[in-house]
Amino acid sequence: MKFHKRLLVGAAAAAFALGAGTAGAAKMYGPGVTDTEIKIGHINPYSGPASAYGTIGKGIAAYWKMVNDKGGINGRKIDFISLDDGYSPPKTVEQARKLVEQEQVLLIFQSLGTPTNTAIHKYMNAKKTPQLFVATGAGKWGDPKHFPWTMGWQPPYPAEAKVYAAYLLKNKPNAKVGILYQNDDYGKDYLHGFIAGLGSKAKKMVVAQESYEVTDPTIDSQIIKLKDSGADTFFNITTPKFAAQAIRKAYDSGWKPLQFLNNVSQSVGGVLKPAGLDKSVGLITAVYIKEATDPQWQNDEDMKAWNAWMDKYLPGADKTSSFYTYAYAVGYTMEQVLKGAGDNLTRKNIMKVASHLKHLKVPLLLPGVDVNTSPTDFYPIQCEQLSKFDGEKWQRFGNVICPK
Amino acid sequence: MAANPKPDTRLLAALASGAKLSKLQLAGLALALAGALALPWFVSDYRTFQYTLAIIYAVAVLGLNILTGYNGQFSLGHGAFYAIGAYTAAIMMEQGGMAYYWTIPAAGLACLVAGFLFGLPALRLEGLYLALATFALSVATPQLLKYNAIAPWTGGVQGVTIIKPDPPFGLPVSQDQWLYYFSLAVMLVMFVCAWNLLRGRTGRALKAIRDNPIAASAMGVNTALYKSLTFGVSALYTGVAGALGAIAIQFVAPDSFNFFLSVTFLVGVVIGGLASIPGAVFGGVVIVFIPNFAEQVSKAAPWAIYGMFLILFMYFMPTGIWGFIRLLYARFTRRRRAG
Amino acid sequence: MDLFLQQTFAGLAFGGIYACVALAVVMIYQATDHLNFAQGEMAMFSTYIAYTLLHHGVPYWWAFLLAMAISFVGGVLVERIIVRPVEGTGVLNEVIVFIGLLAIFNSMAGWIWEYTIKPFPSPFPKHVPFGITFVGPHDFGVIGITLVVLAAVFLFFRFTPIGLAMRAAAQNPDSARLVGIRVGWMLALGWGLAAAIGAVAGMMVAPIVFLEPNMMGGILLYGFAGALLGGISNPVGAVAGGFMVGVLENLVGTYVPFIGSELKLSVALVLIVSVLVFRPSGLFGYVVVKRV
Repeated sequence: MKFHKRLLVGAAAAAFALGAGTAGAAKMYGPGVTDTEIKIGHINPYSGPASAYGTIGKGIAAYWKMVNDKGGINGRKIDFISLDDGYSPPKTVEQARKLVEQEQVLLIFQSLGTPTNTAIHKYMNAKKTPQLFVATGAGKWGDPKHFPWTMGWQPPYPAEAKVYAAYLLKNKPNAKVGILYQNDDYGKDYLHGFIAGLGSKAKKMVVAQESYEVTDPTIDSQIIKLKDSGADTFFNITTPKFAAQAIRKAYDSGWKPLQFLNNVSQSVGGVLKPAGLDKSVGLITAVYIKEATDPQWQNDEDMKAWNAWMDKYLPGADKTSSFYTYAYAVGYTMEQVLKGAGDNLTRKNIMKVASHLKHLKVPLLLPGVDVNTSPTDFYPIQCEQLSKFDGEKWQRFGNVICPK
Repeated sequence: MAANPKPDTRLLAALASGAKLSKLQLAGLALALAGALALPWFVSDYRTFQYTLAIIYAVAVLGLNILTGYNGQFSLGHGAFYAIGAYTAAIMMEQGGMAYYWTIPAAGLACLVAGFLFGLPALRLEGLYLALATFALSVATPQLLKYNAIAPWTGGVQGVTIIKPDPPFGLPVSQDQWLYYFSLAVMLVMFVCAWNLLRGRTGRALKAIRDNPIAASAMGVNTALYKSLTFGVSALYTGVAGALGAIAIQFVAPDSFNFFLSVTFLVGVVIGGLASIPGAVFGGVVIVFIPNFAEQVSKAAPWAIYGMFLILFMYFMPTGIWGFIRLLYARFTRRRRAG
Repeated sequence: MDLFLQQTFAGLAFGGIYACVALAVVMIYQATDHLNFAQGEMAMFSTYIAYTLLHHGVPYWWAFLLAMAISFVGGVLVERIIVRPVEGTGVLNEVIVFIGLLAIFNSMAGWIWEYTIKPFPSPFPKHVPFGITFVGPHDFGVIGITLVVLAAVFLFFRFTPIGLAMRAAAQNPDSARLVGIRVGWMLALGWGLAAAIGAVAGMMVAPIVFLEPNMMGGILLYGFAGALLGGISNPVGAVAGGFMVGVLENLVGTYVPFIGSELKLSVALVLIVSVLVFRPSGLFGYVVVKRV
């Protein structure tokens, strides 16, 4: 893969050479593909209360712009059709149908959100259209037996929660854990994964669970209750705004627990800095992707390329937002799948390529974390590494863990 | 709140007084109906699905219109009744294994009761306070739907997935077309019922309460009963729409029924045309198509475009789309008479 | 007992925020006889303006005053240009315009400043005097600022001719016009003042919840609830209502069994609505007698 990429990036002539190499095989096109173009659909909230995620859509669009400027994929430009669903499942269904039936896209890529993707899960599989690398870490996206056309990308939430549980059982078996979670499928996925990970000891170890709604203005009251429960360990299952509030409130109230922070909110620039870097010291999280504001990656080649891309295609955009690194990495993964499919761009072949990724190195993923899939394993990224925040950056420790 | 809006709808006045439709109006109605029946044969399944959604929202908008337009009661909480209808349908189909058509009356009945019960205490509240109470209802809805104790039925945060019905008797139509016709039939029944209800004694009582509650009760209108019944009937309409919506979308989840759904209904009512039955159809169309249009104008800030649309609509069509059409019609006939 | 005190004080601290928002709600209601659904988003936008000023090196209190002034002008302009054309075409038409404004401000803020949460500084000292630990320094400051704004609003409506003229213009525009009050400008003035108070509320909220385009969503609901609970015709009542909502929400979540945090919002709302059922004008509101 790396080899092919260099070829393509190196010179346009090389791309032609590659094209010639596969020209022997007959070209096979699915919907949305021509000799010059591949149509890809995307659904993202750009309006409404979840419009913060619109940043990811912007990032991915910029990624395809770069790909197209470099000559596209095997000579084909990406026609990226991104639609707004406002994070409302009924609208997602409408937009998915528009993409599949009217725009005739080859596939839908990176549709965002658990309830929204659930709403189109059956539809996409009935239509035999790839629903690739969905932007949610729910556990249900890796079920090739029942849903062979749907695949996630990021590490599943329950698996991540189990990493924390395993760490606790080993290093602090008598911990009293207080949990704060968002009251929706994302929060419950983490919660259940964590409790399953603790196994028989869960009853004894988890002393308090508190939930909040996304519409709540603050979670101060919940933190006070968790502190009062006598917990000495805090599992923080929250989205960025609430994570920052929780970290700060826990510190300010004088509660000094061992804190686990879900990787949804591990952005140094977007969460820890607003919360206060000094208040974040000692947080533990599981990392799989590099963080742009983390000084340890300053001279990293991938990060330099990412910075150049940001400057050129998203000038003035907020580089502290982890959504842009995410968009870059997931865009790269998709690009590689399309490349790997060569001239056989049918939906079936796309799924075949996507489910045979072996040790794909994706830029910005941590050293030791790569993308692996097989026809029975639809979880592309599973490896993570525990990290502790030292007041400036995430300090990785222990081995890269790849739960099976 | 200041005096309630008094939409000047002479057509409705005519309907309400039991007058017959004029020939022109009958012809228009027949034409619209023929168009609606023929539509699925000229557009793709995807478009048919969109129009099905528009029909469904039209029923919901009519429900809110009965309450707000005719009876002058505000509601920012009709998303909750839509949710009750949707969940009733989903649970009956998924857990009870019942056929989809049974869920429509059941959802309506459930919402009639829920609406009536909610309407009772709401009687004491007027204007702003009613707005707050209903606002609270819609904000609390997702939370209530997620509640653990009822999760075995509602599926909790995960929601319920249901299966799309097939056309019966081996009819040569696609699932989408069938659903379109089914929804259209339900809508027609609901619209005719509303028309019947609103043009007679009941309609007059409702409007009297809206325009001057004290005078209405002085004239012997049982204000309390009418108001809570209107709440119930209004909720019934929205609940029926919710059940249809669940069947069309094939999925219900707490996140589908947030506060913005209720706001959307209100937008549909006002932009379609307050206190008008045909206005509800335009309301439904607006709900489905305006966001798509806004999105085409600007990806960067579609909501800003949507907001501008709302404001522009209010500038140029203060009586809603139906009011605007009537205005044009009135001008046209006047000129013809003058000429 | 410790838990009770902590929850109560945390509730009071956040209640200060609700109270501040409730005051802005009262302001616009007194001045225009309406509730403005876009008020929260306008306050959020004002806070972003202050944020930008601070970013350009303007000292805090100057930025604070400048943001208030800009918001005042902005509020007047919004009324004159956007709301004006629909005035008098019906309450619901105005509500739709407010919803449109809400969408525009929200979307524009995200477009201009992006959605990452931003820390917003608190102007108050780092430590609370007298060694009090229940309440943070910023919370104390919020309560203080709220009371100052409350006093200003109260005095303005009670003792200045222009305040009286504004109330008259809102409650009875026709008669007000007859006695020579320029009703249109009074409305614009009300919008301006409400926007300025909203800016204060936004700048007080942001250090606690972080600045982002959706920051005011939930808070506005509680602000409305507080204003209505206390009585929307009475600034003092509205402030009291705001504090009560803050405390009520926390205590319900902590002490009502089987409810916990999962349903605390719903229960708090049910309680508020039930109070209103028994006291339809709010706890401290004036009952308006209707004439036929």
